[in-house]
Amino acid sequence: MAIAESGMPEEAEVGPFYHINVKVNGKAYETEVETRLLLVHFLREQLGLTGTHIGCDTSNCGACTVLLDGKAVKSCAVLAVQANGREVRTVEGLAADGNLHPIQEGFMQEHGLQCGFCTPGMMMSAVALLSKTPHPSEQQIRMGISGNLCRCTGYVNIVKSIQYAAQKMEGGGKK
Amino acid sequence: MTVQGGIGQSIKRKEDARFIRGKGTYVDDVKLPGMLYLDIVRSPYAHAYIRNINIEKALKVPGVLAVIRGKDLEAANLAWMPTLMSDRQMVLPIERVMYQAQEVAAVVADSRYAAADGVAAVEVDYEPLPVVVDPRKALEPDAPILRPDREKKTNHIWHWEVGDRKGTEELLRKSEVVVKENIYIPRILVSSIETCGCVADLDPVSGKLTVWMTTQAPHAIRTVFALVAGLPEHKIRIISPDIGGGFGGKVPVYPGYVIAVVASLKTGHPVKWIEDRSENLQADSFARDYHITAEIGATKDGKLTALLVKTIADHGYTDAAANPSKFPAGLFHIITGSYPFAKAFVEVDGVYTNKPPGGIAYRCSFRVTEAAYTIERIVDILAQKLGMDPAELRLRNFIRPEEFPFKSALGWTYDSGNYHGALRKAMDMIGYDELRKEQEEKRKRGELMGIGISSFTEIVGAGPSHTFDILGLKMFDSCELRIHPTGKVIARFGTKSQGQGHETTYAQILAEELGIPADDIAVEEGDTDTAPYGLGTYASRSTPTAGAAASMAARKVRDKARGIAAHLLEVSPDDLEWKDHKFQVKGVPGKAKTMQEVAFAAYTNLPPGMEPGLEAVSYYDPPNMTYPFGSYICAVDIDKETGVVKVRRFVAVDDCGTIINPMIVEGQIHGGLTMGFAAAMLEEISYDENGNAWGGTFMDYLLPTAVETPKWETAKTTTPSPHHPIGAKGVGESATVGAPAAIVNAVMDALSPYGVTNIDIPITPWKVWKVLHEKGA
Repeated sequence: MAIAESGMPEEAEVGPFYHINVKVNGKAYETEVETRLLLVHFLREQLGLTGTHIGCDTSNCGACTVLLDGKAVKSCAVLAVQANGREVRTVEGLAADGNLHPIQEGFMQEHGLQCGFCTPGMMMSAVALLSKTPHPSEQQIRMGISGNLCRCTGYVNIVKSIQYAAQKMEGGGKK
Repeated sequence: MTVQGGIGQSIKRKEDARFIRGKGTYVDDVKLPGMLYLDIVRSPYAHAYIRNINIEKALKVPGVLAVIRGKDLEAANLAWMPTLMSDRQMVLPIERVMYQAQEVAAVVADSRYAAADGVAAVEVDYEPLPVVVDPRKALEPDAPILRPDREKKTNHIWHWEVGDRKGTEELLRKSEVVVKENIYIPRILVSSIETCGCVADLDPVSGKLTVWMTTQAPHAIRTVFALVAGLPEHKIRIISPDIGGGFGGKVPVYPGYVIAVVASLKTGHPVKWIEDRSENLQADSFARDYHITAEIGATKDGKLTALLVKTIADHGYTDAAANPSKFPAGLFHIITGSYPFAKAFVEVDGVYTNKPPGGIAYRCSFRVTEAAYTIERIVDILAQKLGMDPAELRLRNFIRPEEFPFKSALGWTYDSGNYHGALRKAMDMIGYDELRKEQEEKRKRGELMGIGISSFTEIVGAGPSHTFDILGLKMFDSCELRIHPTGKVIARFGTKSQGQGHETTYAQILAEELGIPADDIAVEEGDTDTAPYGLGTYASRSTPTAGAAASMAARKVRDKARGIAAHLLEVSPDDLEWKDHKFQVKGVPGKAKTMQEVAFAAYTNLPPGMEPGLEAVSYYDPPNMTYPFGSYICAVDIDKETGVVKVRRFVAVDDCGTIINPMIVEGQIHGGLTMGFAAAMLEEISYDENGNAWGGTFMDYLLPTAVETPKWETAKTTTPSPHHPIGAKGVGESATVGAPAAIVNAVMDALSPYGVTNIDIPITPWKVWKVLHEKGA
């Protein structure tokens, strides 16, 4: 094996860097990031928010879906610098005060997940859908999550999970 | 009296609590101090000499620490590794690459970005060689020999056959009606949403290797590492953390795992390797790629006589299939399906091509989908030829309930079944007769509508040790059960869930057997330092093997507990019966002890001479395979102008024996149906004549989304397995096995007025439109 002369990792150079201010799940972060750093890697590796997953490299699978200023985005297709001055919400930010978000409850009650890998992204897309369309038809739900692939569930129970959340949220309160 | 979470209850899943909060721990979530990242240089050519690999520039890339080539591995005798099927596979090549996207070199760096920069800077000089992608051409006399390293100078790997060739051929000759069809089942990949990867950590001080790894079979991997790398087995710890879907794709040992281990050894740091999606789609081991010719005979009134099946199996450049050792074509000889043939014969020839290894499952027990698809397709083609309703043909021929246990023409002993019951139920649910009437009317109007049936028989639960082993390791599985003084339980298993919900269902089996609420039972899997040895989770084997071990371990505990209960109740153990989940004095229901009371006594108040504690281990060697079955009916409408097939309804009646958690079983069936639909309608990895992979990203390899996926309608019949302790059979894969034939049969039924008998999957709009166009529709 050929070893690089630069030696230990600490000595390695990277860059260029950019200064960003970003709010994630209500908490403000001010930090330097490499300009090419993807938002998903910023969340997972710099902030340790590993609930957001990576399932492809062509922004097809949706496992990395988060909310950016309330809109669902695929965080593998957004640079961390693009989140500067904006607000990100991840799966870790769904539950509040120890109470599950209705979408989390829905997925558990309706068996909307199996391996759990697509689940965070799927729930974030569902939250974005429900914020725009509080009473979606089944077809609207299916369209709303069409950017999120699930290999385990066959989607029937995911649709039910989102319907559960819609009904639960009808009472108001959560958003 | 029921116990919380006992068998048959749809309790919510224990594992969901962490998954819905984003608190699962998948392999890419593992982060160790000083951890480095590994990325892989891959070949753009399907077959080429490597003239030179220049790593000068790569080593100068900031953050890059090392580059590993085949020749670096050669010294440690690790450039090649043995496969499970007695072949060998390159970890990194010395001189030749054999398929597009094959590993060529690996870069280790301090971040995944630097590793990718390093990969881009590695310069490889290739000399392209002639490429063979079609296994039939690979068998031609002038085909280039792809594996000159083998003694046999041919691309033919092995021939395998079972059954009575002469008798079958004779009976076919005598049969009044015979149909024959060529069926190709293309190369596809499970592509679980989590790709494969690992974190390898070889502690330079203790010499202990810990690998967090996306593996469905951690113990088998540990032993393979010990045998191949020569590491002492007690210094290898394989941890399967949460796994984001497996479906068979996480059974093989991929080169990346081995390179990561070597990289950790060489650098003294933990090393993470996570494949990206295009690597997963282009380089991981594949399923299917079977070129099948099937011939079936019958009498004029539709009584089946004989079945003859010949297959060319494309195994890619090496035979790295994950099959039980004695079965190079897996359990393909379940191909007689739900029918009592007088004679049958099946032969398979394995062939090398310039593709990644084949022979891996696509959510199916060792080639069972290929078998079920073929028999259910050819029976339908026969019905078409006979002018008989395909339901009627099946009902006339099914093995009858009273014939179980039934010895199939190819040697399997089916444990139990009621095929007529399942099909009749599916017909009732979908309103079969009305659909046929509607179809008749639509045909008069020139509209295309089809109804397809698939009545499959599966074979799962590998398996009995007299027949089933992998690398000599018998295919038992295990449960280690310990009851704490306060009546709470921990149980560990040799299997590994990838979404199936083992933490919940195993707890339910134990709850039922012990009378302890499922909420009080913790289930652990996937850590070889703590779990008992087992062969892992694939081929729907967990419930038939480890689930049975749970029952047997619990019954061992109960045997000991009976003595303690007798001591507490001051009666003879023979005076006690286990009833309503507790030990009762016979005839005195009020006088009883629960397992929790017994557990406390096991540590505090034992009968004289009894050893303290309350625990047991079971290694369960199943006496037979289990044979889940089902009948699916699909109704499709086809748009003549575009060739688009719309699945209007899909009814699935499954029988997997005793059901532990109906909610989970239904979820498994939904998922399996969707993968069956995917294979029938969307997915294929094909290659051009130069061996370039089509379908190498999710842009081209189409997984079904919520929009295309039909709304599944499910139901069950229950025919318990007579040999499993709780009568369960396993269900993870049934639907993937059964669904494709139902869909394709429906499409062919719609097209039958044009004399079409087969379109190879996936049934794309283009293929349908083309056939219609050719037939002048």
